[in-house]
Amino acid sequence: MTDLLTPVLSDNWDQDRAWTLEAYETIGGYEALKSSLGMDQDELIAAVKDSGLRGRGGAGFPTGMKWGFIPQGPDADGTAKPHYLVVNADESEPGTCKDIPLMLASPHTLIEGVIICCYAIRAAHAFIYVRGEVLHVVRRLHSAVQEAYRAGHLGKNIHGSGYDLDVIVHAGAGAYICGEETALLDSLEGRRGQPRLRPPFPAVAGLYSSPTVINNVESIASVPCIIRNGVDWFVSMGTDKSKGMTLYSLSGHVKTPGQYEAPLGVTLRELLELGGGMRDGHELKFWTPGGSSTPILTAEHLDIPLDYEGVAAAGSMLGTKALQVFDETTCVLRAVLRWTEFYKHESCGKCTPCREGTWWLVQALERLESGDGSEADLEMLLDVCDNIVGRAFCALGDGAAAPITSSIQYFREEYLDHFEQGGCPFDPAASTVFEPAVVTA
Amino acid sequence: MTAARITDQTLGELREIAARYPQARSALLPMLHLVQSVAGQVTPEGIEACASVLGISTAEVTGVVTFYSMYKRHPVGDYHVGVCTNTLCAVLGGDAIFDRLKHHLAVGNDETTPDGRITLEHVECNAACDYAPVVMVNWEFFDNQTPESATQLVDDLRAGKQVQATRGARVCTWREAERVLAGFPDDRADEGPAAGPASLAGLMIARKRGWTAPGDKSRTHTQGALFGDEGEDQP
Repeated sequence: MTDLLTPVLSDNWDQDRAWTLEAYETIGGYEALKSSLGMDQDELIAAVKDSGLRGRGGAGFPTGMKWGFIPQGPDADGTAKPHYLVVNADESEPGTCKDIPLMLASPHTLIEGVIICCYAIRAAHAFIYVRGEVLHVVRRLHSAVQEAYRAGHLGKNIHGSGYDLDVIVHAGAGAYICGEETALLDSLEGRRGQPRLRPPFPAVAGLYSSPTVINNVESIASVPCIIRNGVDWFVSMGTDKSKGMTLYSLSGHVKTPGQYEAPLGVTLRELLELGGGMRDGHELKFWTPGGSSTPILTAEHLDIPLDYEGVAAAGSMLGTKALQVFDETTCVLRAVLRWTEFYKHESCGKCTPCREGTWWLVQALERLESGDGSEADLEMLLDVCDNIVGRAFCALGDGAAAPITSSIQYFREEYLDHFEQGGCPFDPAASTVFEPAVVTA
Repeated sequence: MTAARITDQTLGELREIAARYPQARSALLPMLHLVQSVAGQVTPEGIEACASVLGISTAEVTGVVTFYSMYKRHPVGDYHVGVCTNTLCAVLGGDAIFDRLKHHLAVGNDETTPDGRITLEHVECNAACDYAPVVMVNWEFFDNQTPESATQLVDDLRAGKQVQATRGARVCTWREAERVLAGFPDDRADEGPAAGPASLAGLMIARKRGWTAPGDKSRTHTQGALFGDEGEDQP
């Protein structure tokens, strides 16, 4: 039986100057790199496959399998294209706040993972695509990359292995869609960040039409501990099909919001208890399991295991494990309207269902929230959602529909209340954290 | 505020950014950050400079500029103040903070105070939800804000006081920040903490209760030092 919390990635975040190479080395940093350089590359890929590590950026695709898709050896014409690793550090999904603290506190954990991955997939260039709106994280990444070069972990002939690698820290410029992996590639090629048609998949034709692995920060940062402690160690945590530990991000009306690193399969009830429960005098109303693009859940789902299968069985998705909890003072319609405005703003405009659909969704939701709507608007909302889901070019469209359809499923009455009462029955001041605390007996 | 011209020195730095990448066009986003750091916005002259360095049309560059929300085609103040009004921050108080700042500064969204000091904007989720409500100044974190603390913050900025981010450095100007984003580091990486209290919430509970990953060889020294248990020190 493993402990309820299992800090691995976050274990050194309380260290003095944890972001420096010196601090990272005192906890065995770059030891995994040294053992990796002595291993066969295919063995490394096999180890990551065997660990069952699944992508921590939302989709949950097996990381080792992504690495294994990179074609090795020369093409039919005898030439070989260069391989690339692109780290998706564009953390922007509403509610998601795990990669940013990881890179701020321990950028070397990520960089060690980057080098091991690149060595395994035979890449000589890696890019860390970090969103531009996190200046201090960009600074810490720059500084860590410079330190890694000086220590010989990057550059030519790394530790005498004959292996060369360059890492570029690339700051984005504000576009949620660039978290979508093919839009990220277009953005990294200096274009508008719009998703690409697949196939071809990035493993075959990614950056510069060359074989490319795109992994989330937390996925890559999980690699050094797997190499250091072994596959058996990693699979001893988690559930049947969801292995290892991961960062759960608790936010909202909970007493102690924050990062909680636990084996996959922990429940929200357990995490909420550790977080001191909901704020005094209030109860849980609704929550997202993995960011705003994952259908909302309610108090009846407190005991579902938070792994890929458990959350899917409850009709949602594990996503980024961004647990945003809202209490009964929160108007679900206001919450959903705001998320919908976000998707409308962030829709890249490439495909019609998403570009036009999100615009109509905002119109209808605004009408409903102000009390001017009707039951017909509710049906129209669901109809528009139905015309977006599965028809949009990328997952942004599905994500936009998720909070709407799920909130109508669980809180239809609250939608009706708005137009029956001619406006919002909630006081927004009551849901703020600076509202005087409710005195309980 | 008048936009500075693109000098030969800037052209040289734009070429330097382009040379970092296997294919030069990949440099366009950081190049535009550099233009903003020099000109205080993306100017037509800056667009022409990027186009000429990369050998692409100004229309192609403009298409990129208009796609990304961090690129501004009007002058930005010394301090860009971004209030998160995505759902979680909004509900926890971001809406109230944004309203207060609009009135206090007498500006609307994406507008700049007449003294050129502050540009106010509501921003999307900035990945600090466990510190909600969050305000960003030149893309540095100001955690757990209230209408009062945010008002004080902008007053301090306008008065020219040195302001320290909650999880970050002493706040530099917006132009200086844009230069870092262009890939020209300043000397502030070592300022500020490794992590804030919310980032450490789970870790502190684990430390107190003696919870660890099963036999992880990365157990830190600090654990033994702080809580007196037998930390397995690794070389």
